[in-house]
Amino acid sequence: MFPKPIEKSSAGVQLLYKIALPVALFLWLLPLLAIFMTSIRPAVDINSGNMFGWPSSFNMIENYTAVFTQSEALAYFWNSVKVTIPTVIISVSLACLAGYGLAIYRFKFALPLFFLFIAGNFVPFQILMVPVRDLSVKTGLYDTVTGLVLFHAAFQTGFCTLFMRNFIRALPFELIESARIEGVSEFKIFWHLVLPLVRPAIAALSVLIFTFIWNDFFWATVLTQGEASKPITAGIRALNGQFVSQWHLVSAASLMAAIPPVVMFFAMQKHFIAGLTLGATKG
Amino acid sequence: MAVVGVSSESRTLTGPGPSRPRGWFHKNRMAIAPWLFVAPALLFFAVYVIIPIFQSIAISFYEWNGLYDVNGESTAQWVGFQNYIKLLDDSRFYISLKNNLIWLVLYMLAVPVGLAIALFLNQTVTGIRIYKSMFFFPFVISQVVVGLIYGWFYNPDFGVVGSVWKALFCEEVINIVGNVTTKCSVSPPDILADETWATYGIIFAGLWPQIAYCMILYLTGLNNVSPDQIEAARLDGARGFKMLRHVILPQLGPATFLAIVVTVIGALRSFDMIAIMTRGGPYGSTNVLAYYMYETAISEYGDRYGYGSAIATVLFLIMLVYISYFLWKMYQDEKGGM
Repeated sequence: MFPKPIEKSSAGVQLLYKIALPVALFLWLLPLLAIFMTSIRPAVDINSGNMFGWPSSFNMIENYTAVFTQSEALAYFWNSVKVTIPTVIISVSLACLAGYGLAIYRFKFALPLFFLFIAGNFVPFQILMVPVRDLSVKTGLYDTVTGLVLFHAAFQTGFCTLFMRNFIRALPFELIESARIEGVSEFKIFWHLVLPLVRPAIAALSVLIFTFIWNDFFWATVLTQGEASKPITAGIRALNGQFVSQWHLVSAASLMAAIPPVVMFFAMQKHFIAGLTLGATKG
Repeated sequence: MAVVGVSSESRTLTGPGPSRPRGWFHKNRMAIAPWLFVAPALLFFAVYVIIPIFQSIAISFYEWNGLYDVNGESTAQWVGFQNYIKLLDDSRFYISLKNNLIWLVLYMLAVPVGLAIALFLNQTVTGIRIYKSMFFFPFVISQVVVGLIYGWFYNPDFGVVGSVWKALFCEEVINIVGNVTTKCSVSPPDILADETWATYGIIFAGLWPQIAYCMILYLTGLNNVSPDQIEAARLDGARGFKMLRHVILPQLGPATFLAIVVTVIGALRSFDMIAIMTRGGPYGSTNVLAYYMYETAISEYGDRYGYGSAIATVLFLIMLVYISYFLWKMYQDEKGGM
């Protein structure tokens, strides 16, 4: 293990390390702590300039309720849910199929197609913006949840396919070969043999895509306009304009928007990190 | 290729009964099946990603406000390379390009800092798992929220920077009417309103989640460093920085590669923070290509799809260098892995 395990150091160094840990964490998360403290302050503190002292009273419930009752935050939040969940389901499903097709069959186009998905996954969003917006307007999908879902699902399919293909590729190929020799149909091999084996990959992808889509801001601004489809990230910006200098409410709204991915992360941490660090250890 | 050659006779063990006709589809199923599996994803991906890339490049040779005439025909006008020629003379374009470069260079700090934090946390004391997750925290929250947090953090009147400044350089005075005001020897800096510093302020905010990302990549990498090699190197007297450089870093190669790839792409994709913190201002000084493109294509003064697409194409070509390198590297791995 590197660096040298701290248990092998002198008691003084160990103590120093144990003090340094919380101090470093405190400094690292200081911006977040500050915004949390602000979100539970009463308006009086903001106006009187008491931004960092002890709050004169704790208004957590009042502030968070105010965000929901005085703004469209609840609608935005619900839009985000309606965009994120179908996107995860569609893109992961498509990627399971495509990943299987690209990993198992040795056909001429397997590698070029795979590279097409990887390359597409890395392109800057701006190169897609005008045509995708135009397509959405023409098909009546502009400013709808469906329009956003379809685009996100298509784009995320690239990353998901990359992930799935590599995961399936690492499975023991003999399993599939012996099933073929027994005459099991190709789709049944996929459905009954491979799908149960890729469950960890499905879990990892689901949390990752959930976070990516929930946090998306660019497409939320490009493809939506109104309350009926605007997700929370774009909504927050609107709220920021509405709650000018009401920092306690802006803070509360921001933290609300951050909660679902944070919960997802802590609930499925192992899968999340496994997904994110795929490739960080091979070789 | 052996798979394709498996004869149908050997499949009769549990396969479909002999009464079922075996037509063309069955005979060619090993050739057709992969296409059936790939088709839905490919179709989706083509419509929303692959084809739009080429459409954007095509639109960059037109002047178009995104509208259609009564017959449903596009109102786009062919202008050839005019949009690109205009770009050469556009000072905002150069500012964006310069800022992109600053982003790229400074964003790279996320890699060594991420490594440093990973080394700091790579211990087995009680509760370290929670510390690791908490350090990773900034990556999970949306960049919009990070942008808002830092926008407020930098605020000269209400923010942390302003308060610290006041504590250091200002004193409270009671004026004639009896109100408490502050008198400062130097007034607190408004980082995001300053043409020189605003970009650095945004990059600093952007580094926060990016460092967290690099850290997690390195933590995973460190987990897999071979303990035998470390022991052997220790016996040879290697320790500290020397050990890191000659024994640990070579084994962290894949983690470093991935950290650099995601950081470059993150830097070139920077959009959210700029949109939230400055909207490209003051006077376009924090623009990057990604934001300038958006601002140009969809603006309150009328949409300029053609010119916007030209900017997007330039950004795409820059990104293409990295994409090609990444694909080349993956191709080498694939060849080795076969």
